[in-house]
Amino acid sequence: MLDLAVVVDNLRFMLLQGFLGLGAFGGGTLRLAIPAIVLGFLLGIAVGLARLARTPWIRVPAGAYVEFFRGVPLVMVIFWIWFIIPQLVRLPIPEYGVALTAFVIFEAAYFGEIVRAGIQSVPRGQVEAATAIGLTPAQAMRHVVLPQALRNMVPSLVTQMIVLFKDTSLASIIGYVDLTKAAQIVNDREIRPFELYLFIAVVYWICTYSMSRVARRLERRAAAA
Amino acid sequence: MTYQFQWSVLWSGQSGSWLLQGVLTTLGISALAWVLAAALGILSGALRTVPWRSLRAAASFYVEFFRNVPLLVWMFFWYFGVPPLLPRPAQEWLFNHGAEFWAGTFALGVYHGARMSEVIRSGIQSIPRTQFEASVAMGLTTFQAYRLVIVPIALRLIVPPATNESLNLLKNSSVALTISVAELTFQTRQIETYTAKAIEALTAGTLIYLVLCVSIASVMGWVERRVRIPGLIARGG
Repeated sequence: MLDLAVVVDNLRFMLLQGFLGLGAFGGGTLRLAIPAIVLGFLLGIAVGLARLARTPWIRVPAGAYVEFFRGVPLVMVIFWIWFIIPQLVRLPIPEYGVALTAFVIFEAAYFGEIVRAGIQSVPRGQVEAATAIGLTPAQAMRHVVLPQALRNMVPSLVTQMIVLFKDTSLASIIGYVDLTKAAQIVNDREIRPFELYLFIAVVYWICTYSMSRVARRLERRAAAA
Repeated sequence: MTYQFQWSVLWSGQSGSWLLQGVLTTLGISALAWVLAAALGILSGALRTVPWRSLRAAASFYVEFFRNVPLLVWMFFWYFGVPPLLPRPAQEWLFNHGAEFWAGTFALGVYHGARMSEVIRSGIQSIPRTQFEASVAMGLTTFQAYRLVIVPIALRLIVPPATNESLNLLKNSSVALTISVAELTFQTRQIETYTAKAIEALTAGTLIYLVLCVSIASVMGWVERRVRIPGLIARGG
């Protein structure tokens, strides 16, 4: 019953075009996921630090940013960016740019919460000790608090990266040719949905499951140190 | 040319009834999927902690496989992949009774069941092992100990993370628009298509989601205070 020939015949297209993004369509799950993770995390650090700022002028907007994006579905955010950016810059933006912008803005809210929780998990005495030996607040943050906070954050960070990796499949809604869209394209021609969607499910699973294994190992190492 | 705002598109014509239908469909699919997710989550979450290896393995397989694959892929799988394999009468019944709605409910429920399972498992694991040992020592079977002691305590401990997960379910119901379930995001897009007023339509949809999330969160905050176990600080999650 299970006709795996359809998977084998279209393996090249789905993996090279859909997963890696090498081919005529651009696209690619990895080509979207990796920059989205890196940029989302960097913006997330800024958001997390802003939420802990002393001045309410920074703290309150950052809090509103986080609460807003955590209360709205990602699909909605993708549509916002899709309609708004062309209005603002008067240029047609490729799907890649739209998807990347949406993911970075959306995920930064979640990364921001992780960063904030990580920083707050560092005992207050550490900051006081750093200040006592003459570091400025910025130096204390950079050399004392952040390195310890990062270690505490690792498990939740990797979980969030896995979530983001899975979320990249939503870029196919606006026509970005990632792994999901590639399977859809193949399915339109072959009409073998069971095999094709099960196959990409396994590909996604291999990636996310190995990420979670790495996370577990990092966690154990962090606990031992 | 600058963008001309025209907020009246939201209450003129059919937009109002579309939005209302969208909200009702979103709530309907989320509620049904939530019931399925809670049942699967409690069952598999409890099974992951029982003393029998094969049951633990089966529950782990369910959780690890369904949780680690994008919801969108599950939507396509349950909507396009599975119905052709069903017997003919079942297929006909499905396609006469809104197959996309049932496939969407199933995809959402099974996916979030696996995520809920993790919440419940960590709740169970935060209960001291002595509770289980005491129940068994009193003569309860393992099943009775779970049904009467372990699961009820765990459910009271996990209200905050379970609320979080339920809100995720509500927001993720928007993914069902890809298999053309006429939920809130779908209707928002429909208004945009008919009126070409993207910003107004998206604002309405976004505000409705925010209101839904905030109201559910506040109701659950009340539930959390009601069911809190006095004297117990440890929380699951």
